[in-house]
Amino acid sequence: MSEPSQVEAARVPLVEVVGMTKRFGALLALNGVSVRLEPGSFHAILGENGAGKSTLVKCIMGYYRPDAGRLLLDGVQHDIYNPRQALAHGLGLVYQHFTLVPNMTAAENLVLGQTHASPTIDWANERARIESFQRNMPFHVDLDARVTSLAAGEKQKLEILKQLYLGHRVMILDEPTSVLTPSEADQVLGMLRDLTKAGRLSVVLITHKFREVRAFAEDVTVLRGGRLVGAGKVAELNDADLAGLMFGRETVFASADRTATKPGKAALEVRSVTTLNDKAMTACDALSLTVREGEILGVAGVAGNGQRELVEVLAGQRGIEAGEVRVAGVHYDRSRKQMRRYGVHLLTEEPLQNSCVRGMSVAENLSFRNFDDGANVQLGCFVRRSVLRRHARTLIQRYDIRTPTPDARLDTLSGGNVQRTVLARELSGTVSVLIAQNPCVGLDFSATSEIHSQIITARNRGAAILLFSEDLDELLELADRIVVMSEGHIVYETPRAAADVETIGLYMAGHRSEREDLWASNA
Amino acid sequence: MSVGGDIGVWSVLLAIVGSALRVSTPYLFVSLGETLTEKSGRINLGLEGTLMMGAMSGYAVALGTGSPWLGVLGAGVTGAAFGLLHAGLCSLPRVNDIAVGIALFIFGTGFAVYLGKPLVHPVAPRLPDIDLGFWSSLPSLRAALQVNALLIIGILLAPAMLWILHNTRWGLKLRTVGDSADAARALGYSINGVRATATAIGGFFAGVGGAFLSLYYPGAWTENLSSGQGLMAVTLVIFARWNPINCVFAALLFGGASALGPALQAVGITSNYYLYGAAPYVLTLVLLIRTSSTKHRLFGAPSELSINK
Repeated sequence: MSEPSQVEAARVPLVEVVGMTKRFGALLALNGVSVRLEPGSFHAILGENGAGKSTLVKCIMGYYRPDAGRLLLDGVQHDIYNPRQALAHGLGLVYQHFTLVPNMTAAENLVLGQTHASPTIDWANERARIESFQRNMPFHVDLDARVTSLAAGEKQKLEILKQLYLGHRVMILDEPTSVLTPSEADQVLGMLRDLTKAGRLSVVLITHKFREVRAFAEDVTVLRGGRLVGAGKVAELNDADLAGLMFGRETVFASADRTATKPGKAALEVRSVTTLNDKAMTACDALSLTVREGEILGVAGVAGNGQRELVEVLAGQRGIEAGEVRVAGVHYDRSRKQMRRYGVHLLTEEPLQNSCVRGMSVAENLSFRNFDDGANVQLGCFVRRSVLRRHARTLIQRYDIRTPTPDARLDTLSGGNVQRTVLARELSGTVSVLIAQNPCVGLDFSATSEIHSQIITARNRGAAILLFSEDLDELLELADRIVVMSEGHIVYETPRAAADVETIGLYMAGHRSEREDLWASNA
Repeated sequence: MSVGGDIGVWSVLLAIVGSALRVSTPYLFVSLGETLTEKSGRINLGLEGTLMMGAMSGYAVALGTGSPWLGVLGAGVTGAAFGLLHAGLCSLPRVNDIAVGIALFIFGTGFAVYLGKPLVHPVAPRLPDIDLGFWSSLPSLRAALQVNALLIIGILLAPAMLWILHNTRWGLKLRTVGDSADAARALGYSINGVRATATAIGGFFAGVGGAFLSLYYPGAWTENLSSGQGLMAVTLVIFARWNPINCVFAALLFGGASALGPALQAVGITSNYYLYGAAPYVLTLVLLIRTSSTKHRLFGAPSELSINK
């Protein structure tokens, strides 16, 4: 299976999952789910968080041992007990997070996992083999580039190339587009669809984005609460059907009402801020932006263009090399005292890592902003735990945080509930400035629309909101004004009314205003 | 400056080069071993203990068999066993490699001293010299260039290791495990298996480094044979940026620093002897401060290292 000719010749099998069931203690995570994947088809599995999508994939790939159910390849039953066996059967999984080795080159990553008799690597030979393999592929990557230097879209392509190079003919993609720009996502999914149409591949796409299902998939299977609740041809189902299946009710996607406020004074000003990234390279280069009261400023951009570093600067986690941050017209030193005085709040991405202590209880995590406030402290240094717990109970109820008790460790909660916990903590106080970074990544529809309406409500109350998002649809829905960040600069700005996805996408991809005309003439 | 002063400077330099070549060997072996272990994503801080166990068991085997080279082999095997012990403990859930390393550091040192009590007086056969200065008529130069085969083996081992890391499947597998456990799992590699192998080989090298101490230079078994070489070699790996070739230069540099005090003493400068003796430790501190930054992560560090997360 190492020879490219054999790789090319490998046939795409018919995959059938029959009655897959998986139980975790009392929880029935997967309840008799069956899926049939015809050779060369593009099959979407749609479902909310916790619907059992990932459990199904992990049972197929041998990460979990299912309690019942069979996997048939071309009608022959296979027991798969570990991922290695799944790989040997030509089943490949592209994860949400990249599984490329960061400090290795693209070529080294492609050679990894090849089963060869020889213990040494003949690089000249390997390169020739990879290059001839790449010639038959619709996309290419620079073989000598280190993975750390590749953009997210390039990494995703390399990940897919790797699976194909390993001879995998059934590819399962778990939320693959969460780290890509819309155009990158379309490109990658489009290429996969071309490969399925050519009969070289079957694709299973795990997603909760209707748009992707509609644009690329032929078949769809909908899971809810571990059960298969619907399946069929995408062409025969409309969005309302899919939503109904997913949520078990006709859900209305109404975004919160945006009141027509006139933006007030400048609340948050970033003035020519320069900051460095973890490799001591410039991440933000004399960057300036202003958010006014009652306004949502959306920052679009591909991950890795300085957004994370800028958020860390605003959060007080990263040093400023030059420039200044001002809040409410005064110098903002990012101390706890100032955060409290000016009501600066933060919704960071990956809250469990960035703004919570996973080993502390839900109640403790909810009190990070106010446990040392006057009313919560007695005799100058003792925290009133009972007051904090009561406060936590109120928030748990109001924000619908599903936790067994306020004293449960935070890391025992699901991702959506951790997010709600942070949301409750950050939005329950007086919010004058809110900095939000990809607040809905990995959340299902209902949690997402809930967070969106909370953000809009805060705006309507007059808060200044700086929203970083890699999801352009989210920005178009929420922001009053959109700027594009690329290579540490703001390269484009537009009011929402005039926003055009294509133009924004171009600037996200690194086009600068002076190059715009050039690009237009080439196009 | 008088002519006599010139000779003094030259003989100090020669003495430093000579003892740098001698003293650096254990640094070199321990750091090469630790580089391999750390490339797999684990830190073994217990190599000081492994070094002592290697020195003791190497001396004992050489004494028993009469062959110093069998002693070196015995020291390596003991070191590998210690490496496996570290790897075995670390493969248990929620066990921290640094804590295990410190425990093995203390255990190995104490155990070696305990088992080595009867070895203090007998004299084991010494590893032979190689006379690299045979072409010269200057006795001081000839003395400086008298080296041991282990040094040459160590220097050849460095490029071999670099080649293995980049041109063999096992090398790629090792780097994968050290750089991304997720990727390793996705490829179906056994993370604990790879790390156990790397730690055992690292232990083997550290054991050989110990045999050098007891069988060549200083060349006897004593309770305070090692003065932290095993621990400093771990620092040296960071300074060498996990590159085996750099380990050679770093080991020679540290060896030279350790040789400063004795070399000055040899030409009659005895004042501040202990201050010069501190040179390698001061160098360790200075290098760590110089090469670290609050602004960026260490370049080349395996991403899975617990100090790097």
